[in-house]
Amino acid sequence: MREPTVITPELIAQHGITPEEYQQIQAILGRDPNFTELGIFSVMWSEHCSYKSSRVYLAQLPTRGDCILQGPGENAGVVDIGDGLAIVFKMESHNHPSFIEPFQGAATGVGGIIRDIFTMGARPIALLDPLRFGPLTKGKSRYLLGGVVGGIAAYGNAVGVPTVGGELCVSETYAGNPLVNVFCLGIAPKDRIFLARASGEGNPVMFVGAKTGRDGIHGATMASETFDEGSEERRPTVQVGDPFKEKLLIEACLELMGTDALVGIQDMGAAGLTCSSCEMASRGGTGIEIDLARVPRRETGMIPYEVMLSESQERMLLVVRRGTERLVMDIFHKWDLDAVIVGRVTGDGLLRVKDGERVVAEIPAVALAEEGPVYHRPVRRPAYLTETEQAELSGLSLPEKLDQVLLDLLGSPNIASKQPVWQQYDHMLFCNTVVEPGSDAAVLRVQGTRKGLALAADGNGRYTYLDPYEGGKLAVAEAARNVVCAGARPLAITNCLNFGNPERPEIMWQFAEAVRGMGDACRALQTPVTGGNVSFYNETLGTAIFPTPIVGMVGLLDDIAHATTPWFKAEGDVVFLLGETREELGGSEYLKVVHGLEVGRPPALDLARERAVQQVCLEAIRAGGVSSAHDCADGGLAVALAECCMTTAKAWLGATLTLPGEMRPDALLFGESASRIVVSVRPDWGESVRAMARRHGVPCVELGMVGGDHLMLRGQGLSLRLSVEAIHWAWSTGLSRVLI
Amino acid sequence: MKWGVLIFPGTWSHQDFAHVFQDVLEVEWGYLWHKETSVAGYDCLILPGGFAHGDYLRCGAIARFSPIMDAVVRFAREGGPVMGSCNGFQILCEAGLLPGALLRNDSLQYRCRWVHIRTERCDTPFTRTVPPGQVLKIPISHGEGRYYASPETLAGLRSNGQIVFRYGTPDGQITDEANPNGSLENIAGICNEGRNVLGLMPHPERASETLLGSEDGRLLFEGLLAGALPR
Repeated sequence: MREPTVITPELIAQHGITPEEYQQIQAILGRDPNFTELGIFSVMWSEHCSYKSSRVYLAQLPTRGDCILQGPGENAGVVDIGDGLAIVFKMESHNHPSFIEPFQGAATGVGGIIRDIFTMGARPIALLDPLRFGPLTKGKSRYLLGGVVGGIAAYGNAVGVPTVGGELCVSETYAGNPLVNVFCLGIAPKDRIFLARASGEGNPVMFVGAKTGRDGIHGATMASETFDEGSEERRPTVQVGDPFKEKLLIEACLELMGTDALVGIQDMGAAGLTCSSCEMASRGGTGIEIDLARVPRRETGMIPYEVMLSESQERMLLVVRRGTERLVMDIFHKWDLDAVIVGRVTGDGLLRVKDGERVVAEIPAVALAEEGPVYHRPVRRPAYLTETEQAELSGLSLPEKLDQVLLDLLGSPNIASKQPVWQQYDHMLFCNTVVEPGSDAAVLRVQGTRKGLALAADGNGRYTYLDPYEGGKLAVAEAARNVVCAGARPLAITNCLNFGNPERPEIMWQFAEAVRGMGDACRALQTPVTGGNVSFYNETLGTAIFPTPIVGMVGLLDDIAHATTPWFKAEGDVVFLLGETREELGGSEYLKVVHGLEVGRPPALDLARERAVQQVCLEAIRAGGVSSAHDCADGGLAVALAECCMTTAKAWLGATLTLPGEMRPDALLFGESASRIVVSVRPDWGESVRAMARRHGVPCVELGMVGGDHLMLRGQGLSLRLSVEAIHWAWSTGLSRVLI
Repeated sequence: MKWGVLIFPGTWSHQDFAHVFQDVLEVEWGYLWHKETSVAGYDCLILPGGFAHGDYLRCGAIARFSPIMDAVVRFAREGGPVMGSCNGFQILCEAGLLPGALLRNDSLQYRCRWVHIRTERCDTPFTRTVPPGQVLKIPISHGEGRYYASPETLAGLRSNGQIVFRYGTPDGQITDEANPNGSLENIAGICNEGRNVLGLMPHPERASETLLGSEDGRLLFEGLLAGALPR
């Protein structure tokens, strides 16, 4: 690359910098930036790094709580779980690179989120991967799914972090813009958390890990643009991951963290060396001076601009105590990794970049990291809502064969078993996995304690499209309900907010409303937000995806013995429904799969009721009589009950059940009313579950009894009977039937 | 007796073996870094799962050149018990301590799941306390676990009784459906002619506690703990 010497308006525009932002840059510097500085500003002030459109809304989310040790603003959030331990977790998106190159895009997404976790001093022990694709009947979507799943498997399995859960949803809305979100959780001694801060003037700055190449330059800027026809030609800007290198980096960094040498540490993710150096200096209230000539390269002829903006993977920036350089190098050399001193912490607050003796950039660190533009972008309620809200569903034709509809739903990609995907991921490494993927939430035991962690990821783009505020609320509520069904108390969330172009007022309105909904739900359910990620510009050729906020929820089990799964356990157990079914078909999977409609309003969510239902379920599980608990979500009560009949092993159990409620039979079976949980309890525990429900004012209806090899459902105007074998076939082969 | 758990760069199951030795079996153990050259002081060696040296070439092909492997080979030739699980099995094959090779799964995909394996031989130090024909519930986690050997080698394995485990159904039937990776003759684990070196694709360390779904894997450690065969 040749370095332009004149900063033209075209060059500024190519860097995604507006004329107003350029004036701001001139004011900060008191002069024109050079080419390297322009590049540095462009990545740090990109939407991806600066959150310039979302900041004002994110500030409204609750971030404090008794157990929160570190909220947003660091590489990941930290939550106290007692016994001297803390969990560190975060979710991020890798949507844009995954569309351009699905295998490496997803793989480097996994690598990046893992680095965010061990940067904090935690050993990464679990991954979740919420994914969204276009319909799998389309070749392109199947290609993307295969590539993304292959990339997650290749990286996660080799690096040695188990993928214990996730989500897979398909919809036309994601055909031109798939979503690849990755969540990682780690565990650390509570008093050994490391922060990304450069402190101690004169302390050396070290560069460790892989060598630097030209890959990924302007990745952060790419993630801040919409897609057009030429997008796939940007394949070279997607980085290539090396999970082996990352494994070495994990071990070397954790070994270093066991010494007293480390002062601050940050991984080089989006915007690479630029972001890590200026953010560490800014947070530490210091400056950093680095000499690019010392940065290990794997390509020749790289100019300063390229070194600063490279997003080569598996690299970290460290600040260590003066005098410990040798010790640090010895640890990294043991793991066959580069570790070189590239600079030092200064007291002048500047990010000063040198290339040998020549200063190639000099910018106040705080201006890059904290003083970027903040936008209050215009918002406007989208016109489509008037139409979707007014859709009249009472006149909808009622399918004749409701038993066939149930089988169709069970076999549809969003409901069918995801085992064909998760069996490609190691989900058992570290001997913690007590409840495997395929349940409402994964459950891990915490070694050395009696405790357990429940992890779930959730988010329904269709709900959020039909009502962004309710969709935001529902995502939090359902994720919390999932961990409650696993026997855990919801602790805290991380989120990944996937939206269209924020420069369009309708998108900004969706975002504002969804965040408001999430905030309200988080406050009501007492699950603060510890951090997350915003992914805007999820658009192709001017069409935005459904607004899709995804919640990563972590719950705590005080006793791992409370770990609960959705499926029935014993003949004669009594089945109860906590919560109530209303005639709500809007936004349902049934409406989409059977009628091809994505209209109406999503199910109403009363947060007080939600909390009460969750409390009853948790209380009953802790009391000990609950055999199974399952959240009613996509596909409604009938699908939830059918899922209860199947275990991953072949021990199938049917049930004979009567569903309460006076409404259309399809709404009774497939409506997705919120705040409902199906529990089965030992016969002698029925009365105490009723009493708990009464105490919390939660409707609790006995549906019937577990037994036999058929699921029989009766209700007003309906009676259906299906063998569990038929249910299992439909559900377990649903995905493979469409993928082959 | 003291267990030695090898760590190559890229190994990841060593922690799980350590957990089982430390917290479940409460026995003496220690790690052995791949750059060490002696295994003195250890009574049994474990080569754990993972992606040694990244496995970007054939699995185990680089690991066999790690400095410690000379000592491992000597230890095995002298009759010391050595168990390789998953990547460890692949390394033992590459190092020539076990015959045959592990190829890409026939599904061409990684597989992590519970399987059942039938114990074919109880005359190894690891399986000596396992009742003949006993079916063990145990997980696999690999992309390259399809056991392959030439017809002559296979005939030798059969006639010498070196096939220790086969994939089967929960009730011990050896069927194609129960074969998770396309291994020849459903082979899940083999031993050397001296019977002191065992390689298997499944992970016994992941099946050593009821909380995790099975205790069957413990049998392979308990066989040795019950008294190792004389060296």
